[in-house]
Amino acid sequence: MRVSMDIELQDAPGQLVHALKPISEFKGNLVSVVHHHEKRTPRGTIPVQVVFETESLSISPLIKKLEELGVGVIRVNEEKYLERGTVVLIGHIVHTDLEDTIDTIDKTGYAEVVELHLSMPSINKSSSASFKLDAVGKKELRDAISLLRSIANKKDLVLIEPIESEIL
Amino acid sequence: MKRIKASIIGFGSVGQGVARVLLRKKEELSSMGLDIAVVAVADSKTAVIDQQGVDLAMVLERKASEGIVGDEHITGHDIIRDIEHDLVIETTPTNIDTGGVGLQNMLTAFNKKRHVVTSNKGPLALKYRELAALAERSGCAFRFEATVGGAMPLINLIKDTLAGNDVISIEGIFNGTCNYILTRMMEEHATYELMLAEAQELGIAEKDPIYDVEGIDAACKLVILANAIFGMDATYKDVHVTGISRITPEALMLAETDGYVIKLIGEVSKNRIQVAPRLVPIGHPLAVGGTLNVASLQTDLAGPVIVVGRGAGSIETASAILSDIVSVYKD
Ligand SMILES: NC(=O)c1ccc[n+]([C@@H]2O[C@H](COP(=O)([O-])OP(=O)(O)OC[C@H]3O[C@@H](n4cnc5c(N)ncnc54)[C@H](OP(=O)(O)O)[C@@H]3O)[C@@H](O)[C@H]2O)c1
Repeated sequence: MRVSMDIELQDAPGQLVHALKPISEFKGNLVSVVHHHEKRTPRGTIPVQVVFETESLSISPLIKKLEELGVGVIRVNEEKYLERGTVVLIGHIVHTDLEDTIDTIDKTGYAEVVELHLSMPSINKSSSASFKLDAVGKKELRDAISLLRSIANKKDLVLIEPIESEIL
Repeated sequence: MKRIKASIIGFGSVGQGVARVLLRKKEELSSMGLDIAVVAVADSKTAVIDQQGVDLAMVLERKASEGIVGDEHITGHDIIRDIEHDLVIETTPTNIDTGGVGLQNMLTAFNKKRHVVTSNKGPLALKYRELAALAERSGCAFRFEATVGGAMPLINLIKDTLAGNDVISIEGIFNGTCNYILTRMMEEHATYELMLAEAQELGIAEKDPIYDVEGIDAACKLVILANAIFGMDATYKDVHVTGISRITPEALMLAETDGYVIKLIGEVSKNRIQVAPRLVPIGHPLAVGGTLNVASLQTDLAGPVIVVGRGAGSIETASAILSDIVSVYKD
């Protein structure tokens, strides 16, 4: 997920490094750091906005660590799903337990079906559906699509995936 | 002037295209120092042989009016074995189960130290390694640009123009028939069956369309690329193939709503060869319509390179054969 965090540092040399170290120890991948040196808070601290990506599903241990180090954590915004993908399925989508198909993705914890459009022209004809999937990262999106691929195989559905250069 | 004695084995759409192109480009060829004399032509039943060079215009006429090329009853294979010449232009039908006569023709040509230029996919999709090794041992050229994208330059583009680049992957549309059917299904919101029938009526799809619509033709082309470009030892049985016959108009419309078209995409890289219908963003360079073919290469130095062209057609395919012939003899 992508985390954006407002923190406050003491106005002393070395404080920024001090605050960023736990983030990298936490395997956070820094996206940006904005240091508002001119905007001192009434408490005399300096506000800093940090954005990073992490594979961890919970960041509370990191927040705890920062607070122990005397870094004020003012605001945390977690954006769980970073990647969105579309796939199309064709076949007996409903009669092969659509709920189970969706559940298999939702149960992963790293991806979810967030939109589904279904077209059923007539009872004995193939249905078609488009699925939108959200996933916490590129790799997870690819994993979710692989999972759908094996479900489609089992249920004799045609899965139409985006071309490689779309997800890469 | 270099005089080259050639045979055309197989005189259908492509073989006749080659004859027409050789007639049409006679002057250009001689300005390159090449005098290509076709000393033998064979179809499935007859042959014509003339060491002075057969009259191609007359052979074309006879094929059109009588359905035969000449009066001799010698097979294409025996011509390759027994008639003195330098270059075999092999344009017999593709057979992916056994390699067909094409395989025997090519093996015999190399054994007789004759160069081979071909549009026939079967032998290459089954026995590429064996053929390439024999050609090399015999000191013969083996050229097959026409087998992959028809007139769309791909193999020579990679081997000559992009020489020195490592190709990481190739992804694209390698079957014009499928592209036509999918494009029309989307335009007309019509069923697969209806648009297949239309394609058959227009001569874009064969009476027996299985080979195209089930992705086998595209798979053969990818195998040729896998072997010739990626140095693999693959046959078409190694390809994971899904065709287009189960695609519905509803699926195309749902895809369109989300900003995609559906195309039969072939993909080859070091670790996979696959043909399947895929979602291609509208406006993406791979989203070409009609019967066009397209290939997108990822290379280490040049980055992405994309080519679009006609994947089939008599003269178009002959164009690829002609460029192969020229490249065999220009050095
Ligand atoms: N058409 C295209 O646009 C295209 C594009 C790329 C590659 N190709 C490939 O090019 C090859 C030729 O295609 P095409 O469209 O020209 O096919 P085609 O029209 O069916 O022509 C095949 C020709 O081969 C002849 N033939 C069959 N068996 C033979 C034998 N044992 N000895 C000698 N000749 C024999 C046939 O003789 P008859 O005339 O007596 O039947 C015919 O003249 C195929 O391998 C095809 O896959 C075609």
